[in-house]
Amino acid sequence: MTPVRNSDYTETCPACGHEVSSSRLKRNLKVCPRCGKHGRMGARERLEALCDKGSFRELYRGVGSRDFLNFPKYAEKLRQAKELTGENEAVVCGVARFGGEPCAVFAMEPGFIMASMGSAVGEKITRTFEYAMKHSLPVVGFTASGGARMQEGVLSLMQMAKVSGAVGRHGNDGGLYITVLTDPTTGGVTASFAMQGDIILAEPGALIGFAGRRVIEQTTGTVLPDDFQSAEFLLSHGFVDAIVARTELASTIALLLRQNRKRRPA
Amino acid sequence: MTDEKKAAVEMTIDLSEDKPMTAYDRLKAARATTRPTSQAYIERIFTERIELHGDRLFGDDPAVIGGIGFLGERPVTFIGIEKGCDIDDRMTRNFGCPRPEGYRKALRLMRQAEKFGRPIVCFVDTLGAYCGVDAEERGQGEAIARNLLEMMGLTVPIISVIIGEGGSGGALALACANKVYMLENAVYSVITPEGCATILWRDAARVADAAKCLHITADDMILFKVAERVIPEDFDNFDEMCRLLAHQLDADLTELCKLSPKRIEEDRYERFRRLGIIEEKTENPRIVIKTKLPRININKDILKRILHRK
Repeated sequence: MTPVRNSDYTETCPACGHEVSSSRLKRNLKVCPRCGKHGRMGARERLEALCDKGSFRELYRGVGSRDFLNFPKYAEKLRQAKELTGENEAVVCGVARFGGEPCAVFAMEPGFIMASMGSAVGEKITRTFEYAMKHSLPVVGFTASGGARMQEGVLSLMQMAKVSGAVGRHGNDGGLYITVLTDPTTGGVTASFAMQGDIILAEPGALIGFAGRRVIEQTTGTVLPDDFQSAEFLLSHGFVDAIVARTELASTIALLLRQNRKRRPA
Repeated sequence: MTDEKKAAVEMTIDLSEDKPMTAYDRLKAARATTRPTSQAYIERIFTERIELHGDRLFGDDPAVIGGIGFLGERPVTFIGIEKGCDIDDRMTRNFGCPRPEGYRKALRLMRQAEKFGRPIVCFVDTLGAYCGVDAEERGQGEAIARNLLEMMGLTVPIISVIIGEGGSGGALALACANKVYMLENAVYSVITPEGCATILWRDAARVADAAKCLHITADDMILFKVAERVIPEDFDNFDEMCRLLAHQLDADLTELCKLSPKRIEEDRYERFRRLGIIEEKTENPRIVIKTKLPRININKDILKRILHRK
């Protein structure tokens, strides 16, 4: 990275090696202008870029994790993650608008212990669905996660059921839930709320799967093809509705929200 | 305290007073190939059984068995993850690691139970959902996610019994229950201790340390309120053990069946809604609300006696 001018520097695309200035890359939503590689995006950065300008209002920012098992290195990891991302937890929740359509929204932060799901992530997302149900709002969720957070033991596993319960109630009440699977969405998050959307979108090239690639290779003794567990792989196997480029996401979500407005009670 | 509860408490204490069993000891016990599998429990607990096969979508996964039987006078849908009883059987049943069609079969049987208002009893015993190419192609993640979503919304009572290993999402997909029982040496974990050791120390051999850190034993589950009951193991008198277990299931189902269908769903939602330990910063930066380990109601004697032992 060589400095170009104040606060601007050159970044190299990890896929094609194209060099692009950081300001241009940011304007292009972290998508390489040459090869279209979708770089990872922070939760807040994503919400600010995709929601209607200034419409995002955060909820439950105070909720955070505790190292209640005295798990090796967890307290230190939490501290580092907070420092690195400036976030209090691995998910950012709130309300926002897309194309003027109001919704509850959550986005996961890959920089925060790989956006793993512990008690706090489960609690925040559950509250978001409960809030949406109370206010008759749809939910738009951007998922990214390494899975359940093992540092919280079995209680992190239980968050999968807790969130699923809230998703179910919101859905039974007629609420729309759109998930956008971003790179990487794996493990316990894939096996719960990521795959529970009424409409499931994915970003191009995103890694999406249940078991880790290395685990599968070790279990089965095979070498997996490169596109295994990619968004395109899931689309061809029937597990996502559409792959949408990041630059088209905001307008696509706005359209879906407009098409799926909640039926008014008779 | 009922006699069975007392027995449950004493059994745990007896074992630990002699020579305390570590989490790793229990993990080994839970994985022992001599341990009875789901089939053995189902045969002894339910009468006039019929096994039902297939997910109606792709195939029939031998790692998951299910059907209908009577528990006393009551028709019940039973579902179990089956590891197999000998080496050939274990191969056939993929060592109790279900594929998506196994979870979809379970869900089909649960929907059927919902339609006819039958309670559901699940027996869980798996290292985890199968990690293979075909499982990913057919949507292992989606299958588990769908089970969680729909199980949480069912209006019939569900009791899940962890009889051996409760391995991560693959176990939870049959354990979104109103009540969870743990067999005395059963374990329940978010990740295999081997997997945890590899991530933490890059050394799969430190399983024992990882098992301890992860808190996977039946007593831990009671402490976290992830389980309601510990079932004493007595494999030498297995028929009698199953008779007591059947009695306990019947008693709990009788209680749950008194609730309205809506209340049964709410009971399950509230059960899981409480789980998790967080801290919450308020507007005033000096006040931080911390949730604590839940208070122990059932089997508090276990804890007391363990604490007093030293």
